Amino acid sequence: MSEQHLPNITLGRRMGEAMVRFARSDLLFSFVRQPVIVLAFIITVVFVLAATFAPLVAPHDPFDPATLNLMDAFYPPAWTEEGNESFFLGTDNQGRDILSTIIYGSRISLIVGFAAVVFSIVLGVLVGLLSGFVGGWIDAVLMRIADIQLTIPGLLIALLVDGIARSALPSGAREEIAIYVVIFAIGISAWPQYARVARSGAMSEKVKDYVASARIIGTPSWIILLRHVLPNILGPVLVLGTIGLALAITSEATLSFLGVGVPPTTPSLGTLIRIGNDFLFSGEWWITLFPAAALVALVLAVNLLGDWLRDALNPKLR
Amino acid sequence: MSDALLQVKNLSKTFDLTENPWLTTATGGKRVLLPAVDGVSFEIPKGKTFGLVGESGSGKSTVARMCVGLLQPSGGEIGFAGKRVTSPGGGRGIGRGRLQMIFQDPFASVNPRWRVVDIIREAMRAKNLSSRDQIARAGALLDQVGLTAADGEKFPHEFSGGQRQRISIARALASEPEFLVCDEPTSALDVSVQAQILNLMKELQNELGLTYLFISHDLAVVSHVSDVVGVMYLGRLVEIAPKAKLFEAPQHPYTRMLLEAIPRLDLKERHQESVVGEVANPLNPPKGCHYHPRCPFADKRCKKDDPKLRGTDGMAVACHGVEEARLPAWKDPTLQPA
Amino acid sequence: MVALLKVKNLRVEIPTRRELLVPVDDVSFEIAPGEILGVVGESGAGKSLTGAAVIGLLEPPGRVGAGEIHLGNRRIDNLPYREIRKIRGREIGMIFQDPLTSLNPVYTIGRQLIETLQTHQDLTQSQAKARAIELLQEVGIPAAAERINQYPHQFSGGMRQRVVISLALANNPKLIIADEPTTALDVSVQAQIIKLLKRLAADHGAAVMLVSHDMGVIAETCDRVAVMYAGRIVEIGEVHNVVERPNHPYTQGLMAAIPRLGGKDETLAHIKGSMPRPNAIPNGCAFHPRCPHRFKPCDRDRPDLMKGQGSEAACWLLQKEKANV
Repeated sequence: MSEQHLPNITLGRRMGEAMVRFARSDLLFSFVRQPVIVLAFIITVVFVLAATFAPLVAPHDPFDPATLNLMDAFYPPAWTEEGNESFFLGTDNQGRDILSTIIYGSRISLIVGFAAVVFSIVLGVLVGLLSGFVGGWIDAVLMRIADIQLTIPGLLIALLVDGIARSALPSGAREEIAIYVVIFAIGISAWPQYARVARSGAMSEKVKDYVASARIIGTPSWIILLRHVLPNILGPVLVLGTIGLALAITSEATLSFLGVGVPPTTPSLGTLIRIGNDFLFSGEWWITLFPAAALVALVLAVNLLGDWLRDALNPKLR
Repeated sequence: MSDALLQVKNLSKTFDLTENPWLTTATGGKRVLLPAVDGVSFEIPKGKTFGLVGESGSGKSTVARMCVGLLQPSGGEIGFAGKRVTSPGGGRGIGRGRLQMIFQDPFASVNPRWRVVDIIREAMRAKNLSSRDQIARAGALLDQVGLTAADGEKFPHEFSGGQRQRISIARALASEPEFLVCDEPTSALDVSVQAQILNLMKELQNELGLTYLFISHDLAVVSHVSDVVGVMYLGRLVEIAPKAKLFEAPQHPYTRMLLEAIPRLDLKERHQESVVGEVANPLNPPKGCHYHPRCPFADKRCKKDDPKLRGTDGMAVACHGVEEARLPAWKDPTLQPA
Repeated sequence: MVALLKVKNLRVEIPTRRELLVPVDDVSFEIAPGEILGVVGESGAGKSLTGAAVIGLLEPPGRVGAGEIHLGNRRIDNLPYREIRKIRGREIGMIFQDPLTSLNPVYTIGRQLIETLQTHQDLTQSQAKARAIELLQEVGIPAAAERINQYPHQFSGGMRQRVVISLALANNPKLIIADEPTTALDVSVQAQIIKLLKRLAADHGAAVMLVSHDMGVIAETCDRVAVMYAGRIVEIGEVHNVVERPNHPYTQGLMAAIPRLGGKDETLAHIKGSMPRPNAIPNGCAFHPRCPHRFKPCDRDRPDLMKGQGSEAACWLLQKEKANV
């Protein structure tokens, strides 16, 4: 057989093709024409990069006790009269550089938020696929569970799960696995919406002829579900996921602000806001304001990106 | 008939459309049942094409899906080469891939996220071929249906409707089937594309010795492709005849009405007095002969008794009027003076 | 007879980010009162867009790029929205393909009829209701006086299409545009609807533009037919001329490809290739790459409609014959 008849597809070539398709796509077109979205994207990228390379990017390491000096405490931002150049956004009560704490805090916020969303998507999609594809009493039971959970506010569920986990686990292990507990709690509180979307997608795909064809061919049901149906329902799920990321970050911040989120040794933006809150009324406003502003900027940017993605992918709006 | 590849005996299918089945039976309410197929029997000899024609609510698509095992019959049975068809693609004793299906909607019948070569390769599951051989075979099949091996790299949305139907055909052929159920394969295509696809299917039948069950609502298309034609109305088979006989001398009043109703290109004035009414609600078909409300020859017996399919020599009709020999001879409407 | 609808050099443009698409290019035809003109073509030929342009219902960014549309002695393609709205429903009636979505499911058909009657005519409620019942009887709805209070879902497909036709006729329009009115219906119902349309057009003296991909429906219903290909009219003439002795190679190919009842041939004649998309229309004659008779001028110069035997066709072959004769 000549080379022409044996297409040999390497991974690199596939990726190259995908990039060319993207570059010519309507998606990219609508993206570059909306400055607000481009800005949101840049902000998100900046946060992610800063958080990933925190040790390289942050001017100080705020969590290394050796570098901390109580004499550095309570410096206001550098542009004010009493500020100090080496602490751009000021310092907190223990002499930690606020800018550095924000960078390290974003890292935790992003990790927890991202992991929680991935967890809810995986759980929700699996449940939704099974429910929509198999139908019958499995569908009825799973969806009633989802419905019941949806009547309770997500945050309360997260608090509940978190509280149960804390009391159930031995106190020594608490610190180490606290972060996993938080991820689990937030993840569990959000799966029903992905399940619903996946379910309706599965229900509409399963009556399509390509599924019937796969059955005639003899493809086992679980392969049909994962290799045929799943790729066709991922679109709306991923869009929901980007908005869900913003929600997860906010949820984590709320839990940490309330003191039941990540442990204080690995503070997130929410923890920082809580710490700063104590000093708000004694005049050291910068300790809470800047972490709060950072949180708002991050969540807003991710939210805007999610909205744009949903509109750009909606064929009816094109 | 011993050389019949497919035998359908007394096939029935009733769909339960009740909204909350458990609740309804618990409270003693009435179930909503749709008798989509009611006692259908026919045979298809090897290498021939059986055309099944009918309007909406006739049940022809349901029959198609049962023949290939996608739906379980409520009654009756389907035999393929002597073995019962019990599950999608055949069932116990019937080798994988001997029965295949081509669908109506070229856009929904292939997975838009898969490459064409993978779509075709999936159908080769039963044959233990290496990846290399599978890809090579897929390329050969694409050539056979009028595309090129290089098209295997592309995604379905890069093809037109007619080309996607060719991909469907290539996929169906990948398992070396003997029997192909074609459910309105050209209804969604333009006339010139339809001609290409019908010609291709004829070619393949001659080359590969395939047997077709061809479903359509379009009598002209069915007349072109079939050897024998079966006419269905509201779940029942009302007439079976070899193609030429059916169109020269239709016996059942419904078949006659269809022939009068089809728009013709010969443009002569013709009488269409029997073209009245519409297909009744399939959920509640008329008692007795389903066609009696629209039939110019219906009498008291027609309103009470179900007519049975009676006939010999490959021709059969389910009509009291025919049985009682009280129907006038049919005049071809196109031979009427203007 | 003076034509009621005059379409001259109509051009429909759709600007996309990559290029300017021209799905309808230099289309001209006329329809006289009481005449039924069929516009036939395969999908993508531009026939539905032509109908939409005439009614002023082109979806943006689609627009009329050039040409004129005259209804009676009035030009209608450049009217402001308010004026077009008055014309639609009053002087132009529309019948679309899917009776399920043409009717509003939450209102009774009586209400929908009365609404359109009162919008365009000065009638009291009871006058409008009486007129509505008359209309329903005219289109063959049995027990019209009772059924007027029913909802669309209580009617069968064929009955619903009759209701849609009665809505289109409610204000005695001079022009009716029907876009695939029978495609979604069973064959037996289709035949009845065709008969109804012909009778009503004759009774009301309306000009009818019937858009369809089904040549059989066109042959049964229309007086004249225009064949469209890649946004252009390639042949136009009286229906029996076009069907029995087509002049344009595309029409000839199309006629040969249609399966006929009782046809004898094993294979259907077919045209190789497929219709070009609006972004890839060949130079010269749009059909030339697929044409078995193409010769020198075909890939360079676009032919206009020329007189042939019977119908007019946009084909250089007709000129060649004249030159040879």
